[in-house]
Amino acid sequence: MEKTIAGKTVNVNEEGYLTDFSQWTKEVGEELAKEQGIQLTPRHWEVIDYVQDKHKKDEALSVRGIKKSGVFDVKEFYDLFPGGPLKKATLIAGIPKPKSCI
Amino acid sequence: MSTKVRKMLFILSKGTIENAYAAFIMANGARMEGIESEIFFTFFGLEAIQKKKLEHLHVATVGNPAMHMPTMLGGLPGMEALATSMMKKEMEKLDMPPIGEFLEILSDSGCKLWGCKLAVDMFHLKREDLIDDLDGILTIGDFYNRADEEGCQLLFI
Repeated sequence: MEKTIAGKTVNVNEEGYLTDFSQWTKEVGEELAKEQGIQLTPRHWEVIDYVQDKHKKDEALSVRGIKKSGVFDVKEFYDLFPGGPLKKATLIAGIPKPKSCI
Repeated sequence: MSTKVRKMLFILSKGTIENAYAAFIMANGARMEGIESEIFFTFFGLEAIQKKKLEHLHVATVGNPAMHMPTMLGGLPGMEALATSMMKKEMEKLDMPPIGEFLEILSDSGCKLWGCKLAVDMFHLKREDLIDDLDGILTIGDFYNRADEEGCQLLFI
């Protein structure tokens, strides 16, 4: 389905995830974050860069990966994106929701 | 989120590796979905939070028909260790963390970890025998108090 956000029309799935990453812009990310009740800070952007980078390299995202990333620890990750950090970070970053159980 | 589940309380009563992972994966999965989670370690489940034992949990090769191994064979010395090391290799391939690292992740994720007072007393364990990340030692009454809220589910493993 289509959704208008930050003055752009983007395609999203029923959970609100962008289905085409090329439609993502930083402004779209900021609006998506606001919808989740998150005001993005530079630390949030580091997380977004990290998950987008993983997505580009086709590497699976997991909490263990976050722990090993050296960029941020698990605690901070949960603090930055309360209520389901990987789910929310990927939604804001415009990439698919991770399928992993861990 | 559409689920009515707000909080998951797990009771881990067994010291086999597959049961520990079942509790850990579900508790971690809950946190990842924005659901609160806590684990109450009782009886043999306490093995999973004892500093000296937690990395030495085994899969049961005897009395476990799903191992597809004759009971006599499963009882031979070293069989449990062999089966466990094979299982750990498969887990590593799926990026499943070892028990100690998993406990750190759970604690950092906000999952509360509790020891059962009666079992701790029964096995003559001291606080320092248990992991530093443990949130405390509770009676079953304390634990039920933590369950006393809307949308809370308890699971015995």
